[in-house]
Amino acid sequence: MEKMTCVSPLSGKTMFCHLDAPANAISVCRDATQVVVAGRNIFKIYAMEETGFVERLNLRVGRKPSLNFSCADVMWHQSDENLLATAATNGAVVTWNLSRPCRNKQELLFTEHKRTVNKVCFHPSEAHMLLSGSQDGFMKCFDLRKKESVSTFSGQSESVRDVQFSMKDYFTFAASFENGNVQLWDIRRPDRYERMFTAHTGPVFCCDWHPDDRGWLATGGRDKMVKVWDMTTNRAKEIHCVQTIASVARVKWRPERRWHLATCSMMVDHNIYVWDVRRPFIPFATFEEHKDVATGVAWRHPHDPYVLLSGSKDSTLYQHMFRDASRPVDRANPEGLCFGLFGDLAFAAKESLMAGDAGRKPYPGGDRRYPIFFFKKPDVTEQFAQVSSALSVFEFEANGGDEGRGRMDWFVETARRYLLTGKPFAELCDHNAKVAKELNRPQVSTTWTMLRIMYSDPGNPATPANHNISKLGNIPLMISLKEMSSALNERNKENRVDNLHNLETNLNIDENEETEGSEGQAEYLFGDAELDDDDLYSMEHDNQTEEPEYILPQEAFPLRHEIVDHPSAPEPPAEKPESPQVSGGETEGSCLTPMESFSLISVSQLLFQPRLPPGFFSPVVRAALTHYAELGDVQMAVSALIVLGERIRKEVDELTQEHWYMSYIELLQRFELWNVSNEVIKLSTCSAITCLNQASTTLHINCSNCKRPMNNKGWICDRCHQCASVCAVCHHVVKGLFVWCQGCSHGGHLEHMREWLKHSNHCPAGCGHLCEYT
Amino acid sequence: MDVRGAATWEALASRDASSRDAAMASLHQEVMRRVESVGPMPETPSGPSATSAPGVADDLSDILARVLMLSKRCPYDDVREKCVWLLRSIQDIGVRIPRPLGNGPSKFIPEKEILKVSKVDARTIFEEAFSLGRLDNISLVMGFHPQYLESFLRTQHYLLQMDGPLSLHYRHYIGIMAAARHQCSYLVNLHVNDFLQVGGDPKWLNGLEGAPQKLRSLGELNKILAHRPWLLTKAHMESLLKAEEHSWSLAELIHAVVLLTHYHSMASFTFGCGISPDIHAEGGHTFRPPSLSSYCVCDIANGNGAVDELLADQQVLEVSGEVEVLMERMKQLQECRDEEEASQEEMATRFEREKSESMLVTTAEYEECVPSRDVSRHFEDPSYGYQDFSRRGEHVPTFRVQDYSWEDHGFSLVNRLYPDVGQLLDEKFQIAYNLTYNTMATHQGVDTSMLRRAIWNYIHCMFGIRYDDYDYGEINELLDRNFKVYIKTMVCSPEKITKRMYESFWRQFQHSEKVHVNLLLMEARMQAELLYALRAITRYMT
Repeated sequence: MEKMTCVSPLSGKTMFCHLDAPANAISVCRDATQVVVAGRNIFKIYAMEETGFVERLNLRVGRKPSLNFSCADVMWHQSDENLLATAATNGAVVTWNLSRPCRNKQELLFTEHKRTVNKVCFHPSEAHMLLSGSQDGFMKCFDLRKKESVSTFSGQSESVRDVQFSMKDYFTFAASFENGNVQLWDIRRPDRYERMFTAHTGPVFCCDWHPDDRGWLATGGRDKMVKVWDMTTNRAKEIHCVQTIASVARVKWRPERRWHLATCSMMVDHNIYVWDVRRPFIPFATFEEHKDVATGVAWRHPHDPYVLLSGSKDSTLYQHMFRDASRPVDRANPEGLCFGLFGDLAFAAKESLMAGDAGRKPYPGGDRRYPIFFFKKPDVTEQFAQVSSALSVFEFEANGGDEGRGRMDWFVETARRYLLTGKPFAELCDHNAKVAKELNRPQVSTTWTMLRIMYSDPGNPATPANHNISKLGNIPLMISLKEMSSALNERNKENRVDNLHNLETNLNIDENEETEGSEGQAEYLFGDAELDDDDLYSMEHDNQTEEPEYILPQEAFPLRHEIVDHPSAPEPPAEKPESPQVSGGETEGSCLTPMESFSLISVSQLLFQPRLPPGFFSPVVRAALTHYAELGDVQMAVSALIVLGERIRKEVDELTQEHWYMSYIELLQRFELWNVSNEVIKLSTCSAITCLNQASTTLHINCSNCKRPMNNKGWICDRCHQCASVCAVCHHVVKGLFVWCQGCSHGGHLEHMREWLKHSNHCPAGCGHLCEYT
Repeated sequence: MDVRGAATWEALASRDASSRDAAMASLHQEVMRRVESVGPMPETPSGPSATSAPGVADDLSDILARVLMLSKRCPYDDVREKCVWLLRSIQDIGVRIPRPLGNGPSKFIPEKEILKVSKVDARTIFEEAFSLGRLDNISLVMGFHPQYLESFLRTQHYLLQMDGPLSLHYRHYIGIMAAARHQCSYLVNLHVNDFLQVGGDPKWLNGLEGAPQKLRSLGELNKILAHRPWLLTKAHMESLLKAEEHSWSLAELIHAVVLLTHYHSMASFTFGCGISPDIHAEGGHTFRPPSLSSYCVCDIANGNGAVDELLADQQVLEVSGEVEVLMERMKQLQECRDEEEASQEEMATRFEREKSESMLVTTAEYEECVPSRDVSRHFEDPSYGYQDFSRRGEHVPTFRVQDYSWEDHGFSLVNRLYPDVGQLLDEKFQIAYNLTYNTMATHQGVDTSMLRRAIWNYIHCMFGIRYDDYDYGEINELLDRNFKVYIKTMVCSPEKITKRMYESFWRQFQHSEKVHVNLLLMEARMQAELLYALRAITRYMT
């Protein structure tokens, strides 16, 4: 009692003594002058003096001590300094009275438990009440004035590992179980628990009530966690969680320090840690004296936070002084650096270090990436040395800051903004280089630029020169715009360069033709289309030498633009076999004439072509693409593949290409970039990819008479036996491509409609609608 | 054929009926193609090798053996039927087809009883196991206890196939080493195949001296662990872990220890339940037509003859009181426990007595049993066997569970060094220990926990592991001598188990209950070995 007032923080030093055997548990006497150590082969009381431990009493007496002396736990009575209780491994609960005159101090023996008793606990204020928890799943409450237990509590689950009376609630105690549960009991109601919750996965080895905070319970488990629960609410709420490196054997709140608790581990880790539960990642203090796991920890005095006692399997008993503890914080590296999943970078450092670039300016070196600062507010109640640190997170500056941050922004952006076709090669490259640069990907950007240089005319700045040519070649071309369009188309088929672009060109030309649009635009467009090939090796060269190969894939190919342009094409097998055979001959026929005009241009180009052999750079480029693909940037590989088109296609084997395409397309679809993905599919040259567009597209047709779906054939209705789609021009059934005006919904054979609308603006059905064929 | 074949077998195990169909069709073609190329087999019993293309013929018989296996074991009805049909159709052409040797997965348990289970309770687990590539006889027998089987298969799959410190062929080789220690040719053959399949060097199979130094150094640990685990000290671990060229890392060692103990106990189970070779494996089938003589041998050896059954019936009549007596004793123990409290000395002596008595339970009925050369080459020092704990003179301190238990210590160590395995093993131990249907023979609603605990603790007792809180007198009450002989033989020298021993204990109990006991024995043994090994490692670490 006298010590209550004089809590002198310096009343000792770190000291230890050797025990004869490993300790299982320790407990301190009320007046903090003596400690009892119990284990399988030891049961002794030591006095703690200024200089060291002094053995006071050996309770383990007798010639051949029985298993009752083999203690799993020990507890000193909170007020009677002569009274001790132990839990024996054979299932006995024993009380010891030090005032007994004989050598054997054993007083009472309860052998009611069938299995090992793991824990005993005196009631904090009721002098005669003792609680025990055993492996057999029962908890028993003993009245020390009687010979047997007064009540038995059945956990209805597995073994009890720990029992603790609440410090504040007179009737409440907590029990922790091997199956991970924690139960709360009212001592007056042995029939069932008040509350149960699962605290850990695997056994909960220990629990401890907070000495001051009513309803705070700390639990430690085999899952290497210490959790602090708030039991005042209806549902036990986890308010803190400390992750340790080994299973937690004991946990004890530190006196006078609201947030601190001490833990020791069951296996492997020999240290004793004191944690601040609010800083769960680094121990507040560590005691590293033991050479084997500590099995018991106890604060020497309930009001002195500076002295900790511990017993260990290495057969030593230690008194740890807080001033001698090691503080991991001091040794911890105060800087942390970590990459996020999506390329973000987080950097934490002491505030003093970060002060230099205050004002939230971009951190040097992280140009275009703006750090976000987080400052941890110093908490006055905390005792950590450096509590103030700053965390900066560097993120990619997403396009103008209005896009979603982090993640694969660059990918989405790039996919959206890249131009794969529709412009001359050099411009495409330049554009893409620019895009890449804006998105902070200098390497990719440079690659694009290099591609342009490699495959462009080395002598000439590409654009102006070509512009001239296009003008030169323009005159003859203008004569037969129409023919030219099909020529382009044809070339397209063979060349497979920039399909979409050609498509547009074709569209535009047709439009021009009909609406008499501005010549200038058509001219310009044409120039561009031209330029496309200018940058490459000579056009005819390719055409002539490799003709047979180009022709091969025709069947798969025309389909796409045929829809706009040509009446029909070989259709995918999914469609009806009866489809009409309009295609083929016409296209092939039309390609012959324009060829002449084409060669004309090419000849004019040939005038200046002091260039390297066409395949000169191919191996390098191929290697580069492969490199990108392997880096995971399949986007670059595919984009370059498309833009380069014929120039590189042969160099990369089909399978690899297909693989790249597939990967890229899948990525695009993941990001819901359907348009881009479609474009890529369309532009790809692998038959396996292009056919993706033809798969799983279904057209449902309803009969125009009875409005019922037509299942069987596209042109005759099963129900009303009428032909559904009749051509408005020839009045025959359309078995194939049916084109109709979206205004008046009349239509017919594609070529009929086109022919008709060349001459007339009105609907062929005579409905009076002004149809337009584009 | 190998590549194609593997894919086909895999597809046959798929859950998708149509792909099974397709695989079956291609298998059919394959077989027919081979049958044609081999031509009709000569009638002479010299077998397929006499034909012009012996390689093809061997291939064919391999395939046929597998087809036979599928026709019996495949969990899918369609595959079974088609396999039967396939066999029959080629038999009609004149090709000799194989026929299974022995009666079902176990020599001790009638086939129909096992298959009955596999059609109902364990079906989904079997399908899963089958699609993972194998449904061996061990799993079939364990199918009596689906709950356990699931955990067992998950653990075994994790140990052998999933991420771990040891490479795949090392794992199988360690399995071979461990099983060979008990001369368990079933497990050895199983893993020799697997070992070769994952690309193991066939030279290693010539014997331990053909294996790398690293594995050879494990031989000593294997030996001690299998027979006298209490002799393990931290020095053994030190010699394996000390930093030099062929040393083990801690994680590898844990993995190896888990594998060793797993296969030691598996060997116990294999012998304890009389597992017969898988149908498609060597010795599981024969191409020879059934002859009169082989019938006789078969029936006599397996006790399925009518005469034997008659005898058994009589025996059952004689001992019909057995179960009731056992239950009565359990009840008595439960009741009188509180009254008559044995003194501490008494308790200690009871443990000692049980320990020493377990020595007297002789297993020397078949002393002349010599390991076949084939299997014994996988280990050294064949003379080293189980020796009774605490034999004359050499005193080994008793292992106290309260000081080093699986739940508190072993688990943490294993899980730390080989993540997730601790969890898996923990579950497996718990399921095995807590498994009960509250039945005993024909009696329902019986609390068997006392009996299970007695069995578990008796095994640990034989390994010198003591529970402070257990009264070893109970063992004497509950386990009769025949049963003790069986336990002792199965745990300590499983290769000596005979059908007679299997039958002589607990005669009224059902086969599923005997398998249950076997599971208990197996897990208890594994835990005992693990505890010693892990304690040694812990001591090394501190």
